[in-house]
Amino acid sequence: MNVNQHTPMASPYGQPQPGYGQPSYAPLDGGYPAPYAPYNGPASAYQPGVPPQGYSPFTSFPSKAVAAPPVSDLSSPLDLGPTRGPPTSAPPPASAPQQYNQYTQSQGDVQNGPPPMTQAPPRPAAAQPYSQGHMNVTGPLPSYPQHYGPPPPMQQVNNQMTGMQISSGPPTPAGPGYAPPHSSQPPISTAYSAAPQPSYTQAPPPASSAPTQPPPLSGPAASQQYYGGPPPPSQRPFDASAPPTTQQQFSSSVPPPASQQTFPPSSFSGPMPPPTRPQAPQVSQPQPPFPTPQSTFPSAPPPVSQPGFAGGPPPPAQGSFPPQPTPPSSQPGSFPPPGPPPASVPSGQCNTSMTQQQQPPPSQPSPYHSGPPPPRAQMPPTSMGQSHHLPPGPQGPPGPPGSLSQPPAQPGMQTGYPPQQNGAFGPARAPQPGYAGPYPGQQNYGAPAPPPAAQKRLDPDAIPSPQASDMPAVQKSRHRIDPDAIPSPIQVIEDDKAKTTEAFTTGIRGQAPPLVTTDFHVKDQGNASPRFIRCTAYNMPCTSDMAKQSQVPLAAVIKPLATLPPDEAQPYIVDHGEAGPIRCNRCKAYMCPYMQFIEGGRRFQCGFCSCVTEVPPHYFQHLDHTGKRVDCYDRPELSMGSYEFLATVDYCKNNKIPQPPAFIFLIDVSYNAVKSGMVNIVCNELKSLLDLLPRENPELDSVVRVGFVTYNKVLHFYNVKSTLAQPQMLVVSDVSDMFVPLLDGFLVNVNESRQVIESLLDQIPEMFADTRETETVFGPVIQAGLEALKAADCAGKLFVFHTSLPIAEAPGKLKNREDKKLIGTDKEKTLFQPQVGFYNNLAKECVAQGCCVDLFLFPNQYVDLATLGVVPVSTGGSIYKYTYFQAQADQERFLNDLRRDVQKPVGFDAVMRVRTSTGIRATDFFGSFFMNNTTDVELAGLDCDKAVTVEFKHDDKLSEETGALMQCAVLYTSCSGQRRLRIHNMAVNCCSQLADLYRNCETDTIINHLAKYAFRGITNNPTKAVRDTLVNQCAQILACYRKNCASPSSAGQLILPECMKLLPVYLNCVLKSDVLLPGADVSLDDRAYLRQLIGCMDVAETHVFFYPRLLPVMKLESESLPVAVRDSEERLSKGGVYLMETGLHLFLWVGASVQQELLVNIFGTPSFSQIDPNLTSLPVLDNPFSQRLREIVDSFRAQRSRYMKLMVVKQEDRSELIFKHFLVEDKSASGGASYVDFLCHMHKEIRQLLS
Amino acid sequence: MSTYQEFIQQNEDRDGVRCSWNLWPSSRLEATRLVVPVSCLLTPLKERPNLPPVQYEPVLCSRANCKAVLNPLCQVDFRAKIWACNFCFQRNPFPPSYAGISEVNQPAELMPQFSTIEYIVQRGPSAPLIFLYVVDTCLEEEDLQALKESLQMSLSLLPPNALVGLITFGRMVQVHELTCEGIAKSYVFRGTKDLSSKQIQEMLGLTKPAAPGQQGRPVAPQEAPLLFTSRFLQPVHRVDMNLTDLLGELQRDPWPVPQGKRPLRSTGVALSVAVGLLEGAYPNTGARVMLFIGGPPTQGPGMVVGDELKTPIRSWHDIQKDNARHLKKATKYYEALANRSAVNGHSIDIYACALDQTGLLEMKCLSNLTGGHIVMGDSFNTSLFKQTFQRVFSKDYNGDFRMAFGGVLEVKTSRELKVCGAIGPCVSLHSKGPSVSENEMGIGGTTQWKLCSLDPSTTLAVYLEVVNQHNAPVPQGGRGAIQFVTQYQHSNTQKRIRVTTIARNWADAQSQIQHIESSFDQEAAAVLMARLGVFRAESEEGPDVLRWLDRQLIRLCQKFGQFNKDDPTSFRLSESLSLYPQFMFHLRRSPFLQVFNNSPDESSYYRHQFVREDLTQSLIMIQPILYSYSFHGPPEVSLSPLIPPSFICRLSSCYQIEFLCFKTMKAGYQEMPEYENFKQLLQAPLDDAQEILQTRFPMPRYVDTEHGGSQARFLLSKVNPSQTHNNLYAWGQESGAPILTDDVSLQVFMDHLKKLAVSSST
Repeated sequence: MNVNQHTPMASPYGQPQPGYGQPSYAPLDGGYPAPYAPYNGPASAYQPGVPPQGYSPFTSFPSKAVAAPPVSDLSSPLDLGPTRGPPTSAPPPASAPQQYNQYTQSQGDVQNGPPPMTQAPPRPAAAQPYSQGHMNVTGPLPSYPQHYGPPPPMQQVNNQMTGMQISSGPPTPAGPGYAPPHSSQPPISTAYSAAPQPSYTQAPPPASSAPTQPPPLSGPAASQQYYGGPPPPSQRPFDASAPPTTQQQFSSSVPPPASQQTFPPSSFSGPMPPPTRPQAPQVSQPQPPFPTPQSTFPSAPPPVSQPGFAGGPPPPAQGSFPPQPTPPSSQPGSFPPPGPPPASVPSGQCNTSMTQQQQPPPSQPSPYHSGPPPPRAQMPPTSMGQSHHLPPGPQGPPGPPGSLSQPPAQPGMQTGYPPQQNGAFGPARAPQPGYAGPYPGQQNYGAPAPPPAAQKRLDPDAIPSPQASDMPAVQKSRHRIDPDAIPSPIQVIEDDKAKTTEAFTTGIRGQAPPLVTTDFHVKDQGNASPRFIRCTAYNMPCTSDMAKQSQVPLAAVIKPLATLPPDEAQPYIVDHGEAGPIRCNRCKAYMCPYMQFIEGGRRFQCGFCSCVTEVPPHYFQHLDHTGKRVDCYDRPELSMGSYEFLATVDYCKNNKIPQPPAFIFLIDVSYNAVKSGMVNIVCNELKSLLDLLPRENPELDSVVRVGFVTYNKVLHFYNVKSTLAQPQMLVVSDVSDMFVPLLDGFLVNVNESRQVIESLLDQIPEMFADTRETETVFGPVIQAGLEALKAADCAGKLFVFHTSLPIAEAPGKLKNREDKKLIGTDKEKTLFQPQVGFYNNLAKECVAQGCCVDLFLFPNQYVDLATLGVVPVSTGGSIYKYTYFQAQADQERFLNDLRRDVQKPVGFDAVMRVRTSTGIRATDFFGSFFMNNTTDVELAGLDCDKAVTVEFKHDDKLSEETGALMQCAVLYTSCSGQRRLRIHNMAVNCCSQLADLYRNCETDTIINHLAKYAFRGITNNPTKAVRDTLVNQCAQILACYRKNCASPSSAGQLILPECMKLLPVYLNCVLKSDVLLPGADVSLDDRAYLRQLIGCMDVAETHVFFYPRLLPVMKLESESLPVAVRDSEERLSKGGVYLMETGLHLFLWVGASVQQELLVNIFGTPSFSQIDPNLTSLPVLDNPFSQRLREIVDSFRAQRSRYMKLMVVKQEDRSELIFKHFLVEDKSASGGASYVDFLCHMHKEIRQLLS
Repeated sequence: MSTYQEFIQQNEDRDGVRCSWNLWPSSRLEATRLVVPVSCLLTPLKERPNLPPVQYEPVLCSRANCKAVLNPLCQVDFRAKIWACNFCFQRNPFPPSYAGISEVNQPAELMPQFSTIEYIVQRGPSAPLIFLYVVDTCLEEEDLQALKESLQMSLSLLPPNALVGLITFGRMVQVHELTCEGIAKSYVFRGTKDLSSKQIQEMLGLTKPAAPGQQGRPVAPQEAPLLFTSRFLQPVHRVDMNLTDLLGELQRDPWPVPQGKRPLRSTGVALSVAVGLLEGAYPNTGARVMLFIGGPPTQGPGMVVGDELKTPIRSWHDIQKDNARHLKKATKYYEALANRSAVNGHSIDIYACALDQTGLLEMKCLSNLTGGHIVMGDSFNTSLFKQTFQRVFSKDYNGDFRMAFGGVLEVKTSRELKVCGAIGPCVSLHSKGPSVSENEMGIGGTTQWKLCSLDPSTTLAVYLEVVNQHNAPVPQGGRGAIQFVTQYQHSNTQKRIRVTTIARNWADAQSQIQHIESSFDQEAAAVLMARLGVFRAESEEGPDVLRWLDRQLIRLCQKFGQFNKDDPTSFRLSESLSLYPQFMFHLRRSPFLQVFNNSPDESSYYRHQFVREDLTQSLIMIQPILYSYSFHGPPEVSLSPLIPPSFICRLSSCYQIEFLCFKTMKAGYQEMPEYENFKQLLQAPLDDAQEILQTRFPMPRYVDTEHGGSQARFLLSKVNPSQTHNNLYAWGQESGAPILTDDVSLQVFMDHLKKLAVSSST
């Protein structure tokens, strides 16, 4: 947050204020002036300040920090206090403007979001927009601001804020009055309003509440109340009036709105309800208090928020929940029914709710920070990535109390709780149905930008005036935005599944394929299957100006050797004879369907460069009346999108037919490796694994040769020549100048030397069982493999099993440079750069030889993965990391990874070249490879799981007629030693209207590209800057859409293109990822590991990685999978069991009050407490449910390139923290914004850009 | 004369010493005029079946810089229990253990017949012998197989407690670990990288635990190394089976050798590793590195020739033209290695079996300085190698190996003498002292030399100098004395000290020149001069050495010849010198000084053999003996052998070359009953040859040829070319075939010598 906010804050604020209603401001100023100044200060201060206080996690989210500070001031618990001081002040300003607006109701216009909140009408509108796919999230923004504090300042913020603030605004005045109980809260609300930036302010509000009810209630109640307070006004209005209003508005905008409305509503309604509960009451108060609130805020809010949060952090969501119940109860009622109405309200409500939510979160964070760090430490061991989550510890202490306190405070709440859940579910479903309606509409949307816009927008005017809303809402309104009202990934995924009923044919240019989450069949009719290539945009802008304006990245994610499902044909192999494949004379593009045959078939014109080339006599064929070659459909290269050419000797290195590749296994046998059991496991496994080496013809034996090396400080090569009775070990101690001690007998055919190899693998563990050697080398190990391949003159793959930082004296020796203090500083980037240049050079040599390196790491401590990973990453290899490897627990995962890694189809010594039509050019590449020049992607090894993201830039204009063509040619050596060229062709449309661009893009692919871009960026830029860049780019994308494709809408509305409506939620996930926003317990190695891992992921993997799949598994049907739920704690039912898949981890979350029967079915035990949290696999029970569940787990594992270890998470158990880390829609312990908050922030950003 | 001959013989038998002069001129000036220096050939470990070693410590002179050992020449006061050192005249009391001595109860060392005596001393723990095989694997399959068998066989010949190790090399160098069960383990070194001893030990993992706690001196270092090295050097009896298997599985160097290339052979690094391994773990312990090579080193340090076959290995021609690229570098490298090895008392044997040269020229110092053997053969698959190798492990009458290690020879002289130097398989220990002469001959500047490895025939030439001034006559009846103290490790690991004390009378050269002349030992002198010549030949141009030799010979003849000026026909030499010119004649033609027709490797090899053998063998090397067998009597030695056409000759020559020449018609007469006697005649030389073959080391090359056969050239090149194509018709037609050579015959040489000797102009 801080990051983003900084710059914007200052100027925006100032500006907004004047504009907004200085008059109104004036008053505020009176009170606020001071705050203001501070505010700015705080903003900046926040970022830095916050972290130190313990907020560090939140650092990223200033908003939270802000909130915290106030709290701290007020209540000792939160460190944030100091910061808050400023924030409070700050909030006011922000709020001031916003509030003003709201107050004035002019706000309505300005405030877009907020006003609606207050007023029913706007909300509906908002809701509707949603349904359409566009988001109207005026309300939410405010909340975001908190996180992003700075950015919010912008008009958007203000507006939103105002909306929010408005509510608060009123409070301020009321504030005093409220002061006592609610009053205090109201102030908060005011603070909110102010805060929207607020989030900070929000925090304060809690504080105020805190004072009143610091300890117990303050947390939940206060927050809720506050929230309620401020929001309430809005909510109330919404609820009450909103429904109608919204509808009205909508109605006005659309009859269809009905459907749409329902849609939006649903989503909105969701939000609405929650806010209403708490907010309602608060709201009412807030408004009046607002003025005062500011003052109060500073003091009060902080505490409240904090306490509440404490419970809240995780609670935040919960916190909101609980609150919801009570007030909600009343509202709840409204919920279900109101659902629709709320929808209308939504915009406004949303905003409010959002703000509230945000506020809570901040407070929450604080607790976390304080608490979490220690616990985390413990956690780490469990899993790499997970370690971060560890926070459990913290949660334990702060969280529980807070949450507990809250509940008591508001008994009603609890009751409400269940309802909430129900509500949540209910609403969710309700909305979905609604969605369905809207969706269809969505399609339309794409085309008709205007209509949607109208629907989506929230009319500022329509927004109930804060005051008005306040009055009624006071008790009812909620601050929160209904999570159901904002675009739901699950909904989108399910809709796409529903929509995709037929096979996807690739013949139509510019047609976006189904989402990666959808199971579909592909028919290759001239373009590469989406399994090979996915583009960010299937309608490319014709000009670079358009491209620049839209900021939509033009990229393709190419997975050249992707595995196809068995029912789809593998690419055909084409042999053009001794002369080699036929190619364009100028650009050297390979024969493909885009080549236009002319002059009766004697020549062809290249589709890429338009050059005309003679058809060689042996390839000549007559044309039919349409100008197609008669044999068009007989030849894959003329009719298919993907196929392979047999390469001739000209395409081979040194013009020599390549030797079959070799696999070399290099096993660390130092003390740690032996002790952890790794050596034993590897050796055992290899015995059977060697029969499964990759081969092209399953009937024949693999021609891949194998070699074995073990090492610690020195290297041991093994002679396993078939004629030997016993293997021979050759020790090379001269690690400074590596060489291969033997040639004959090192690389052998498995079948010939089987006995010797088995004897060797039997003896290795014995030989080193008593080793005392703890030092290892690493550079020489790779050199050894490389030299062996050089000596054998073949390409190949090294499997390195390594445990520790290579500190022994040798080239590539490393020192421990892990320094947590550098995190968050400008020097952080250096931690992602290799420590020494040695490995870069080594990687270069490896690539030249076609030596691919797969690294299996078993670290017990820092191993400097950023450096060790250089070679694997540059050679197209993979890195597998098993932190704190224990034979018992991790064996299964490791072995499955190893098996898959050894068996998977792989090509060697590959060169990939992407050719494009004139007008665009492949300019940037992301993935695991090496580049010597700007065009050739060199991959020592390329397996079926590796994807390369290619970015395109215009260097000229494209024509709408011809579209844009791209041809990806990969020259590689197959595992049987055959040299081949795999060609993938892809044609996309070109457009001169931005609307077309936005209608035909793929958010998943964009996210894939953005993530890779950002992750690469952190080696050169401060992480903060990278995050800012990401947010900015997305804001620009959305703003551009808003500006050019949805012009009629008012600035206060958040309107998202249908195809990109998930962009904010996914982007938030990227921003929250451990790489960009590490928790205190996330090690550098983990970050480096994830960084490189994502670098070569395809779209499906990044999708599930960033937005994990969460399946309720209480009821399983035999055929279909249950519909996933969104990644938020709110969606989890205490009585439920959920399966979560992230691509790396698999969790089975068990609610505390699950039915016995379910437990018996799954675990074979009737008692929740008897479930073994250390289970790594489900017990095999003979009941249909258990069978089905295990089937599902297996099928998940089968889908991913890495084996996912199953972790059983019991609710309230410590390990739940890890699990919660993956509930990406919630605030994260490390300070990541919740979805709602982020959406608000995004909205602010967009509004800022638009103004 | 017979007395002198007997005296010489007796001395040799008793002390293993042969002196050039048995009467010593009493002044420096006179000594130099004698041309042949006062010097002696010493065979320190000469086999003495009748010399039982005594089991106590020698009694030393108490003067710090003397330390001479009590000997029969010392004057003893039995009453006072005091003895006077005959070198420094220090009076020393006997140690308490000698309290009981008297005229009738003398310790052995005082008895005249024990002028040579051997002490067994108990010093430190006795370390087992170490044999480290360094085996080239770049061999032909057949050769390798033969070599493997020889090595396996040798295991049974080693003393059971001896430590044995194995290093193999080709392109890489492998140090084999011997203890491991199951997997054969070896440490591999790159063949192109020169490593320091420390690096090698680190890489072999031999240095680790030694560092901290082992400050304590004496015992720990001994035990520690034993412990750490045990992986590579193991008692034979323990790893017998392992090693046999290991050797059995030895593969040829697996790296492909492209057409037109030599295999890459890292001999230099292999030796470096071997030396490094031993010097770290077993300094000053008897050890033998046995290097088996089948070709020249072609890579890395010590490279002798590149791997391109089109570049032939250096020849004398190249060396003279300074065209041998690697010569100096390689020589320097091996010298450094040899010195390191010598310092630690480890000797290096070289067994080179190849048809081409193997780089002995560069590597010779390895053996020369450390007392190792050099064996040169054509193939490991020949009996020459097999039996020679077997003979390395031959045993003496006591069942002890005929080898000793870590010898240190110290020479003590009485005041009138100083030590100029020594020539033999030794290195200087740089022990300065009052008796070190400034005039260096051979390896000088010291009174102590190290002989890393000795066998009973190892013979050193020790050159002395009379320093007594002309005007300070030696007291009448005084005798010059020399004491040789040789400390060594016996093959049964005992530490022993052998002390030889000799004395010769002083003589006034002016008044007693006849006596001196008659005391001349021309055989010893010939060998001593030859050694000097060979020693010079190592560093000087061949012609210079010959000129020097000629000059010495002429001067000697002038000094002792009886002649009238300018009348060559009047020239006469006394009997004691009569053979000397002939020896010189043959020496001049010998491969020790002549490089023509010999490769640099062969020259090195001959010279190596020459400087370590005892007098008899040396003489045979200088002058081959040609035995003629006929029906007329026992075999005769023919000195100027015209090869009688119908006779059978046996040439016993340069150590390793033994010729048998059947100059008989190849008609199969011997198979006919009526020619039974002829068959016996044919058999006689065969039997004699066989006898020689059995005793000599290295086993001589055995060539069986016939008159006019191609192999006859070996014989012909050795014999006196009294009849050549140049003078063929000057002699009777009936004599045998001419010898095709440009060398002059002995006759011509002698004529010329006489002329020069009597010439007044010189």
